[in-house]
Amino acid sequence: MGRKPNAKTVRGVKDWLEAPAAGIAERGGKLNLLRGAVARATTPLLPDDYLHLANPLWSARELRGRVVDVRKETADSATLVIKPGWGFDFRYEPGQYIGIGILVGGRWHWRSYSLTSPPDWNDPRYGKKVIAIAVKAMPEGFLSSHLVNGVSPGTVVRLAAPQGAFVLPSPPPPKVLFLTAGSGITPVMSMLRAMDRRDAVTDVVHIHSARTAEDVMFAAELDDLHSRRPGFVSHIHLTGANGKFATTALDELYPDWRERQTWACGPLGMLDEIEKHWHEAGLGSALHVERFEVERSATTEGGTVTFGKSGRSVTVDGATTLLEAGESAGVQLPFGCRMGICQTCVVTLSAGHARDLRNGTERFEGEKVQTCISAAAGDCTLEV
Amino acid sequence: MAITDIRAFAHLTAEDVETLGQELDTIRRSVEQSLGERDAKYIRRTITAQRGLELAARAVLFGSRNRWAWLSGTAMLSVAKIIENMELGHNISHGQWDWMNDPEIHSTNWEWDMTGPSAQWRRAHNYSHHTYTNVLGKDEDLGFGILRMTRDEAWRPIHLVQPVANIVLAALFEWGIALHDWTIEKQLSDTPRFQVLSEPNRLFGRKIARQVTKDFLIYPAVTGPAFMSTLKANATANLIRNLWAYAVIFCGHFPDGAEKFTEEQLEGETPGEWYLRQMLGSANFSAGPVMGFMSGNLSYQIEHHLFPDLPSNRYPEVAVGVRELCEKYDLPYTTGSLGKQYLLAFRTIHKLALPDRFLRRTADDAPETSSERKFAGITLHGGPENRPWSIDPATGKRRGLRSAMHEAKIVLRAKAEHEKEVLRGAERTLRAKARQEKDLLRRARHALRKSAASNPA
Repeated sequence: MGRKPNAKTVRGVKDWLEAPAAGIAERGGKLNLLRGAVARATTPLLPDDYLHLANPLWSARELRGRVVDVRKETADSATLVIKPGWGFDFRYEPGQYIGIGILVGGRWHWRSYSLTSPPDWNDPRYGKKVIAIAVKAMPEGFLSSHLVNGVSPGTVVRLAAPQGAFVLPSPPPPKVLFLTAGSGITPVMSMLRAMDRRDAVTDVVHIHSARTAEDVMFAAELDDLHSRRPGFVSHIHLTGANGKFATTALDELYPDWRERQTWACGPLGMLDEIEKHWHEAGLGSALHVERFEVERSATTEGGTVTFGKSGRSVTVDGATTLLEAGESAGVQLPFGCRMGICQTCVVTLSAGHARDLRNGTERFEGEKVQTCISAAAGDCTLEV
Repeated sequence: MAITDIRAFAHLTAEDVETLGQELDTIRRSVEQSLGERDAKYIRRTITAQRGLELAARAVLFGSRNRWAWLSGTAMLSVAKIIENMELGHNISHGQWDWMNDPEIHSTNWEWDMTGPSAQWRRAHNYSHHTYTNVLGKDEDLGFGILRMTRDEAWRPIHLVQPVANIVLAALFEWGIALHDWTIEKQLSDTPRFQVLSEPNRLFGRKIARQVTKDFLIYPAVTGPAFMSTLKANATANLIRNLWAYAVIFCGHFPDGAEKFTEEQLEGETPGEWYLRQMLGSANFSAGPVMGFMSGNLSYQIEHHLFPDLPSNRYPEVAVGVRELCEKYDLPYTTGSLGKQYLLAFRTIHKLALPDRFLRRTADDAPETSSERKFAGITLHGGPENRPWSIDPATGKRRGLRSAMHEAKIVLRAKAEHEKEVLRGAERTLRAKARQEKDLLRRARHALRKSAASNPA
């Protein structure tokens, strides 16, 4: 009686209005109030489901983007410039990666690639804010080859929010060492570009390995940065002519490497060697490493299955279903028919690979799998 | 008693059933391997067309106080709702399009424009119904708990209202389905019956509230002065969609030839036997591309039950292979026109409203439910494992269930004819005997009267 609406009831009304859009809470932003209100009429759909028929980017149900430019970097690598749709947060940290989904043959394929653009990148060539990733075609990588050779501007892609702990702090440390090889240069490009844009290029040494001079991604840009920024040293090491870069050469080339915060990214063998070298020097905490998921043809049978939410894991062979694996680890998994027809056991594969036991089809990270008829193909993690 | 031994019923050996299963697996794999851009386009176009049609219908209904606008708006909305229910909601929730790996067209995310929540339907339908298809006591879709659709179920007085219950179910089909799934959901998740705020209850309540508000309050209100006519249009569209969905489902499961099974059949069921059960438990109806599309391709109910998670647009081509297998193994492929299939289901509904004593046949040889016992002693086909007559010596073709059913039909007809003849004979004899007795009686009475007259007291 005569009670004034207080903050609590306002909040309650807001929540009620937004309720139908609760599923996209993190991406919906300020529009969620309107979205929720209109969804009372469009239920069970969201207004976005109609809007994205007009423009694929007009939906916050899922992050999407449109490829606005594909630039060749080397013979087998390219930069993809993407204009994200509603709900993308441009305040990522340099060095992070995004998930990207590409439609090939009617099927969406998911992979992760490092962002090469600095945060809040506003390139006048493309108008509004855009992001960029660089992809190097792998000999057996079905999707990377497609991205380098088969994607045309205008293609709509799905995106997953930037993530990853391989990041450059702000402000950057006074002395920095980047050790990269091949496509391992991509996250570091984002860091270098961010430093350059923020006028915060401290004392930075970048040692990058590539087979030949033609294989060096971003060669011109590295040169340009080298000449413009006195603090930046670009050291290109050509493995075709000189063999692998030896970590022991550091003492001679850059004797102050022990004082530097180091970010390393490249082939697994190289990273193992670097880690060993740094640990032996007692400098483990000054080293930051990023390991890329290797695209491969599945030959692995079985592996360690980890259940994300409970944190439990179990090692199984290639004939044990993921459902059985869960049961043996004491994890409650949803299931129904146990024969692959009812879809009640579908969960998301958040890392690794699994195989459909009925026909051998491989399932990748980011896909949903039926646990009752799928087995681990190498180590994998389920989102349950 | 419905089928307890599917191999005996189907006149197949264990090896036959296994080979049949492998051949069906081959069909499945060939479809899976050829899925691609064309199929993805098909479902995306269907979604776009459906949404476009719905938007157009809602727009036209702003003028629904005009008779033509009302009629065309209602018609468009009905078609949109049918497509949304049959080709989209039903099939996507089956996981038919999960292979695209598109989070927006995925069985775990799709929510349909029906009263019941998709999640509850998925468990009740995809799990209970599709795993235990037509198994008495396990498949709750057999009569949806209110209709008696097989003589295996004991008659109760409540079944007398079946003809009315059938009409009510048809008109309110989405509500029937919603309540049905809600009950099963609570059973499957062991939810206490009296726990009012349980998760299934909340989900159910929220969905109902949203659906009802949308069609009966918000859309009519948005059209302002056309409130009442829009409300009527929405109600009509829902009714039409309900009737159509009901007809499609009933034609797929209840015409003669869609067999029922007992729990004994489930024990140790092999994958081949599972396929066989799906095949013998479902029925198709003939449909061209348009009617096929409007039924969500459930005119191919047999193919759908064999491969519930293969994309619906592929069922027509799958049907060609399935028919060939039926030919090869001499199995029946139950199909007919929509009208014929519905009338058969309709006949069963009305017949079984009556107690068994009014029914001539039993659950072993009734048109809507038969069992392997139907053939005992009446066909030339021996036991399932060792049958010297299984190959026709003249044509070299296999003689299996379809031939046996044909023979059984002839034999049963002859038997009935014979029984009728015997009955007629008995009737004749009795009548003659009665005449004789009457005659005798008359003569005795005559004699008595005569003797009375000649010997007056």
